[in-house]
Amino acid sequence: MSEGLAVRARGIGKSFGEVVALGGVDLDIAEGEVHGLVGPNGAGKTTLLGLLLGLAQADAGELEILGSPVRRTLAVQDGVAGFVDGPGLYPALSARQNLAALARLRGDGTDGIDDALAQVGLTDVADDRVRGFSLGMRQRLGLAAALLTKPRLLVLDEPANGLDPAGSRHVNRVLTRLAAHGTSVVLSSHRMDDLAALCSDVTILAAGRVVFSGPLSDLAADTDALDYRLRVSDPAVGRRVADETPEVRVLPDDDLGQRHDAEALLVRATMPALDTLVARLVGAGVGVRELAPVVAPLEAAFLALTGSQNLRSEGVNQ
Amino acid sequence: MSQAAAAAVALPRAETSQAPLRRTYRFELVKLLAQWPIRLVLAACLLGPGLFVAIVSQQSSLPSDTVFGRWMGQTGWAGPLVILGFSCSWVLPLLTSLVAGDVFASEDRLGTWRHLLVAVRSPRRIFAAKALASLTVIVLLAAGLAVSGIVGGLAAVGNRPLVGLDGHLLTSGQAATAVLLAWVSVLVPTLAFAAVGLLGSVTLGRSPMGLIVPALFALVLQVAQLLPLPVIVRVALPSYAFIGWRGLFTDAGQTGPLLAGLAVDLAWIVVAAALAYRLFMRRDFTNLAYDGIGRRVLVRGVLPLTALFAVSIAVIAGTTSASGSGVDKRKLERSLSTAFAHLYVMQTDELHRPAVTEGQLGSHASCDKGGSRVDDVGAGNDWRCVVRWGLPGSKATGSAVYQLDVTPDGRYVADGDGPQEVNGFFQVHTSTGDAPNPLWQFDGAVDLLTPIRGD
Repeated sequence: MSEGLAVRARGIGKSFGEVVALGGVDLDIAEGEVHGLVGPNGAGKTTLLGLLLGLAQADAGELEILGSPVRRTLAVQDGVAGFVDGPGLYPALSARQNLAALARLRGDGTDGIDDALAQVGLTDVADDRVRGFSLGMRQRLGLAAALLTKPRLLVLDEPANGLDPAGSRHVNRVLTRLAAHGTSVVLSSHRMDDLAALCSDVTILAAGRVVFSGPLSDLAADTDALDYRLRVSDPAVGRRVADETPEVRVLPDDDLGQRHDAEALLVRATMPALDTLVARLVGAGVGVRELAPVVAPLEAAFLALTGSQNLRSEGVNQ
Repeated sequence: MSQAAAAAVALPRAETSQAPLRRTYRFELVKLLAQWPIRLVLAACLLGPGLFVAIVSQQSSLPSDTVFGRWMGQTGWAGPLVILGFSCSWVLPLLTSLVAGDVFASEDRLGTWRHLLVAVRSPRRIFAAKALASLTVIVLLAAGLAVSGIVGGLAAVGNRPLVGLDGHLLTSGQAATAVLLAWVSVLVPTLAFAAVGLLGSVTLGRSPMGLIVPALFALVLQVAQLLPLPVIVRVALPSYAFIGWRGLFTDAGQTGPLLAGLAVDLAWIVVAAALAYRLFMRRDFTNLAYDGIGRRVLVRGVLPLTALFAVSIAVIAGTTSASGSGVDKRKLERSLSTAFAHLYVMQTDELHRPAVTEGQLGSHASCDKGGSRVDDVGAGNDWRCVVRWGLPGSKATGSAVYQLDVTPDGRYVADGDGPQEVNGFFQVHTSTGDAPNPLWQFDGAVDLLTPIRGD
């Protein structure tokens, strides 16, 4: 048994027929940690989350959840909650009825329902039937259902799916607060901005294998040169200065992949080279109006590690 | 890994607890009863039959083509039996379609399986809870039909004696008992259809086909019941008990076919539910692409049930001496003469003639089917019978002619063909007003399984 770990997985393998969904996955998730699970479609994220919820049994390896080994299907400990493949709600019931039915099913009292609904911001629609809920509202209600059980390990598959920016921030606050109180959270997401804002650690899966697992800061350090969008007060001088700066490469405009902007430059540089460029621009009297990565560092790392640039079109930026 | 891991403290060991069956059952029941189609159907079951019986009972033209329909204006117990007859044809199979045929498939459509499994942690209990909840709702709907029909009949016509299918008069108490027994007996074939619905719902994934499996099954069996099948095949059909209840309304109860039908249905319940359970327990719930077992349904569902049907035929053939269609000349003659005697006594009483008993009448019938070139066996509307009887103190022998329309399930309608004073008029004049002439046209039933002694 591993002390302090909500999840300890070693060499986890899972196949469906001849398809290897997970091949020797190691994973450690500490108590109170928000852990992101990233990977292209078909990487094995949902399979791994399903194992954590006890929906399936691993074909190989060892899995310990909340300190106890899991050796068969549906044998995870109490205190594990969450959802994969959607939040699982009944449209004929209202939000409150869904939660009440679930609470009674688990033998819990219904006292916490109002609080759970309030936490996810659904108090106003508590008595509305779920049939009329948007995807984002269903996601939040799914989260409320998980919160009802006062989980020690919360497993969420794409919880930000369908959420508007305000809803997404709301959910992030809930998860952050849970983690602060000691609940471990594992979530998969295609939204890199959410993961970067929320997770202390991430695991990147590709083709059923872990290609990175650890703190986000380590991931950023692993990243090579990134592409940056640079807007300056004098584009002509700015381009000349960039050309003359070592280890900075000015990319053609069409690499921006966006509408043409005469004042914008696209440069590829490492972080130190970028610092040098900014210093030189200021020295040349050129005003720096905007400097931002075209692709977020986590996304860039994801694309680099999974070797799938084309995945951007498959929903990484969804 | 975060700093939390470094400062970690050993987590307490937790328990793995499954939701008890009682709570899982209640959860399933809440979900079923929250569905508006089921609420709508429940309301229809509670109101529809009562209104129908109350309105039709007051009409001058009664549904005499339905068993007991001709008596709807005379007793409140006929109405619920008309409702029962109609329900057995369509309503009960459709109710099982609506409830059991969708109870598993709906989770597939809603994408709630994983949620449910995480909450309950026992596929076995989920299956049991779903089956029990379906059973509860189906029984509730059937009870609604029965109670509504009975209340409608008693309120509109009253608690009066009922004429049975052999012409004998059931007192109000006997009628009430028989009606309730009949409704209870059809729950068994209803549950057999429900088990087939469960199997369809488990095997066909999110497809709406699961919904129509029991209805389709009922349609096929209805057609089969209309065909001139051998009696051992007919009784082995899981729909036979839907008509076997008629045997409860004869004086020497024709319970053999009903009991055989119920035994067949119990076997179907066990086998179909066991197949559904086995397939459900073998399902991989992590496979997001699962959408039923496809063509394997033929091997894992249809084939075992077909084998059960074959075994049922063999068992019935081996344990009874039934053969052929189950309808023959002697059975019809026995049944017709008995019914005629009972109804003659009733007519005598209505007309305030000198009392006579069935024994004093000594009635006997002679039947022929389609003339000398046709064998006197099987269903058909070409049976012609002559009933003869005597009266105390008279050497004269009365006779009456009847044309019989015999259906393959053993029911017949005897239509009077003279003489006029016995069975020629639709109504008879009594001291209290006009009343239906019981000998003009009446229903009867032959026991398909039991041979007449001496055969």
